[in-house]
Amino acid sequence: MLAAIAFYVFAAVLVASAAMVVTARNPVHSVLFLILAFFNAAGLFLIAGAEFLAMILVIVYVGAVAVLFLFVVMMLDVDFARLREGFQRYAPIGFAVGLVLFLELAFVLWAWTPAPEAGGLRMHPQPGAEAGLSNTEALARVLYTDNVLLFQAAGVILLIAMIGAIVLTLRERPGTRRQVIAAQLARVPGETVVLRQVPTGAGLKDLGILRPPLPPAEEPEALPEPEHHGHGGGHH
Amino acid sequence: MDAFLASPAGQVAITFAHALAILVPLLIAVAYVTWAERKVLAAMQLRKGPNVVGPFGLLQPFADALKAIFKETIIPAGANRVLFLIAPMITVTLALIAWAVIPVADGWAAADINVGILYLFAISSLGVYGIIIAGWASNSKYAFLGALRSAAQMVSYEVSIGFVLVTVLLWAGSLNLNEIVRAQERVWFFIPLFPMFVVFFISALAETNRAPFDLPEGESELVAGFFVEYSTIGFTLFFLGEYANIVLMSAMTTILFMGGWQPPVHVEPFTWIPGVVWFILKTLFFVFLFIWVRATFPRYRYDQLMRLGWKVFLPLSLFWLIVTAALLKLTGWLPA
Repeated sequence: MLAAIAFYVFAAVLVASAAMVVTARNPVHSVLFLILAFFNAAGLFLIAGAEFLAMILVIVYVGAVAVLFLFVVMMLDVDFARLREGFQRYAPIGFAVGLVLFLELAFVLWAWTPAPEAGGLRMHPQPGAEAGLSNTEALARVLYTDNVLLFQAAGVILLIAMIGAIVLTLRERPGTRRQVIAAQLARVPGETVVLRQVPTGAGLKDLGILRPPLPPAEEPEALPEPEHHGHGGGHH
Repeated sequence: MDAFLASPAGQVAITFAHALAILVPLLIAVAYVTWAERKVLAAMQLRKGPNVVGPFGLLQPFADALKAIFKETIIPAGANRVLFLIAPMITVTLALIAWAVIPVADGWAAADINVGILYLFAISSLGVYGIIIAGWASNSKYAFLGALRSAAQMVSYEVSIGFVLVTVLLWAGSLNLNEIVRAQERVWFFIPLFPMFVVFFISALAETNRAPFDLPEGESELVAGFFVEYSTIGFTLFFLGEYANIVLMSAMTTILFMGGWQPPVHVEPFTWIPGVVWFILKTLFFVFLFIWVRATFPRYRYDQLMRLGWKVFLPLSLFWLIVTAALLKLTGWLPA
């Protein structure tokens, strides 16, 4: 009884929030409704006994993908008036495309007859349940044992996509100074600090450090000219 | 009585009782963690800390809570009211519901579910929502910058936490937290997995936005970061959520690496002490570490934080995962 109530609650909220995703005016609200929809889908998975899928849905989609969506959408400054400008003009084309897709789906469904053994399989969605495996173990067996090559191939495809994205966005910017942690840690006092005995009032002429500083009027020629970039009110 | 407990209403009543049995001690613990943090920081800085309200300042957390609750609630004019009010609730709810699966002693968990560790990982990865929604709904640039930093930071460190969890799972052979603790009967996992233990603890600091990774609230550049516009109860809830998360992360470290409720050695004087006491002692040790770190280290620069997460922890945890898997496979120690 509790499971039935939970199912209808999750399903109703899922459908309602999915509708809100496409109708909400504010894109941030859309993303938040999308997150709510993910949550309720995870709840439906839980009721169906697929707790592993439920948790993965929350971790991957809600915990990572939707965070990045929200991250991007929050930073956009969407102008709603401009978005709605072309709505009247493009609405007929949109409806036509939607109608074609809907008719195609309807034809597929109409011509579709389930395989005779499908009805039996539907009652045992979990392979290995009769062997006492939890659904996490059953999924792992399908993915990592039975179909390991397909799984690896999927991984390689994702890796290629990732490398492609990096190659497309990586650019060398000349002139940037990067922090090289290894170089910083490799510094030793012997290379960077020199201890010298300085006679009082003499300064270090060979390094251009004079002490006490002379009055600005008679600045010596020996000092290397510091570069000024236009700011500061010097006497130059 | 038995018939009532078996009925749906009875099940609901039992669940409520479970929830209360966890939440009441937890909330008291959270109140005293705030007190302990002030006392420990004070001791490390040669001060006294709270010592006026009650003996040793023990009633200070309640005085603070009352003060915060009875102040005036201010909602900024430009804020998105609904989201502004929801954000602190999300934070505190997520910090509390994670405790449903924490086994505080052998089998003592409100929900002893098969995928307990994934549940914890999912909940901890959701914690970022309270922060980004708060930052966006406040309609303030400091809050928003804090929220953006937090989102990037938490997503980055989750990746290495995920790999650390997988490494632990390889040793334990189960996603159930009880089973993970039982797998540590002979040796606590922090011994074979010491580098992962360190990575996990540092990532836990970053996940909870604690010093030295408290950039989302970096008060020197962002005033107070994502909760700068919050006052009274909203602020209190964020505060509560932060400390509940600290206790949660400490409990997770205890379960994953320090043998949960298990005594250090299974010999006489140690086995007399009940498991829940061991669990609490270990958790408190990590809470103390959190505070100690805050008193010791200066805040990271943002690019260094990202570098540590992506260029140091991620390769390290990936490498250690492969080493662990190879070792377990070659030695035949892989749990069935």
